[in-house]
Amino acid sequence: MNNSLSGTRNWRKIVVYVILILWALISLFPVYWMLTFSLKTNSEIFGENVVGLPREWVWENYKRALHTGNMPRYFLNSLIVAITTIVITLAASVMATYAMTRLHWKGRKRMNSFFMLGLTIPIHASIVPLYTTLAKLKLLDTLWALIIPYSAFSLAMGILVCTGFMGDIPYDLDEAAFLDGCGVWGTFFRVIAPLMTPAVATVGIYTFLQCWNELMFANVFVNSDKWRTLPVGVQSLSGQYTTDWGPIGAALSIATIPTLIVYIFLSKKIQDSFIAGAVKG
Amino acid sequence: MNKPFRYKVNIFLFLLPALLLFVGVLIAPIIMSTVYSFTEWNGFTTPEFIGFKNYVELFTSRSINIQRALKNAFLLAILSCCIQLPFALWLALRLSRPIKGKTAFLSIFFLPVLISTVVIGQLWLKIYNPDYGVLNVFLRSIGLDNLTRIWLGDKKTALGAAFVPILWQYVGYHMLLMYAGIKGVPVELTEAAMLDGCTQAQVSRYIIIPYIRPILRVSVIFAITGSLKSFDLIYVLTNGGPNHATEVPSTLMISMLFLRNRYGMGSTIAVMLIILCFAFALLINMLFKEEK
Repeated sequence: MNNSLSGTRNWRKIVVYVILILWALISLFPVYWMLTFSLKTNSEIFGENVVGLPREWVWENYKRALHTGNMPRYFLNSLIVAITTIVITLAASVMATYAMTRLHWKGRKRMNSFFMLGLTIPIHASIVPLYTTLAKLKLLDTLWALIIPYSAFSLAMGILVCTGFMGDIPYDLDEAAFLDGCGVWGTFFRVIAPLMTPAVATVGIYTFLQCWNELMFANVFVNSDKWRTLPVGVQSLSGQYTTDWGPIGAALSIATIPTLIVYIFLSKKIQDSFIAGAVKG
Repeated sequence: MNKPFRYKVNIFLFLLPALLLFVGVLIAPIIMSTVYSFTEWNGFTTPEFIGFKNYVELFTSRSINIQRALKNAFLLAILSCCIQLPFALWLALRLSRPIKGKTAFLSIFFLPVLISTVVIGQLWLKIYNPDYGVLNVFLRSIGLDNLTRIWLGDKKTALGAAFVPILWQYVGYHMLLMYAGIKGVPVELTEAAMLDGCTQAQVSRYIIIPYIRPILRVSVIFAITGSLKSFDLIYVLTNGGPNHATEVPSTLMISMLFLRNRYGMGSTIAVMLIILCFAFALLINMLFKEEK
């Protein structure tokens, strides 16, 4: 009796592991496949060796991906957009959070709920007005056309995370700083802002991933090749070189490797930042 | 030296950057979109006010066929709730029990969420490639030649083939949310139930799942509103084709705006989407409250 019970239990455990491992393989397969075919020749990709490791490592593909089209440019644009957006989002949300949690005034709770609306507003809502307004301001087809909207849409998440972290800072610190003669600005810059580094990491990572991968705005607000970000650039490259899979694989890999590196070193932090955005939303 | 006044000015200054961004990019455009949705406008001439004409046309025009786009989006929402979420919940429940390789599984399952949808779309385009794609190559290698298809080019299979990567990509996201929720269930609760002789399945059914209802609610809202808004992967994989078989509201909106220069009608679709998303979020909130 006992034996058969533990027998079924073992059997069940094996089934669970098989499903988990199978799903892990399915989750990893596209990335694995991308990284391997980015190093293969067409004849390997198209028949001789479809899913195996490359027999001959064709680094040439990466060279070609970097030289055809504007890959380095797209990469640089994506980097500039992501970094500027992170800086703006962080500055705006740390400042706003300070006003809403450490300073005393009527309506600060309501102001916070107002900002939290941003968690649910779809980007579709602003696409036409943004397009026409950016055109009027002559900002269309510049990197600002992406940086400004990205910062605005990351703001709610930034404030949400900062509110959590700022709540953990003891209020005695503000009072001590005040007694030492610091005004609100002094307290903010010398006491609160330096203690916000954990929030900086969480907000920064989340914002980085959003900017790095965003497609709809990037596709609509930027037209000329020299201001394209990676998603749009890679998309247009893939349309041009449909039969040359190796270099396209290399281009896709170049767009993905930064994310992979960040994930390998900060997986826990990244997962936490995604959870933080959802728990309240 | 009026201190309270200076204090107020300071509060305002601290809020200013966030307010400018938020009102300028999110709040004002919603209002503007709503106004545009009542106009006929090509982006160059002055908008002409036409009342509800766009809305009437949107729901009656055969050529726009919003019904098909909405049907596709709702189908995706249903698939997401019936397949993606239960599977994500199962993974989360399994991984929250002691199990070897837990962190590795969690990290791997979450990985697709982080990768750019363009990259994922391009990779699946290649997986589905009729001549050299892994899917058809695999089917041929096990002798199932008659099952090979032009997956994204055939009206019958295109929608299903486009949905698979969308559902696949976000399983890990829902799993992670649910996993975080399960971690928050007090250990005393589950241990007491186990001591009373409950099986793992009973603990999950009667203690963990009721406890993580707030997270499940968030997941359902994300799954449904996300499906209604879905754009990226459809855009990369099929862009609404073949012959509009995989059109969703967002792809219709973009083609209205930037292929046909109908800014009024594009705004109408946007407004409809916003209303639908908020309505569903409210509805789901109500459903989850009532059941309590």
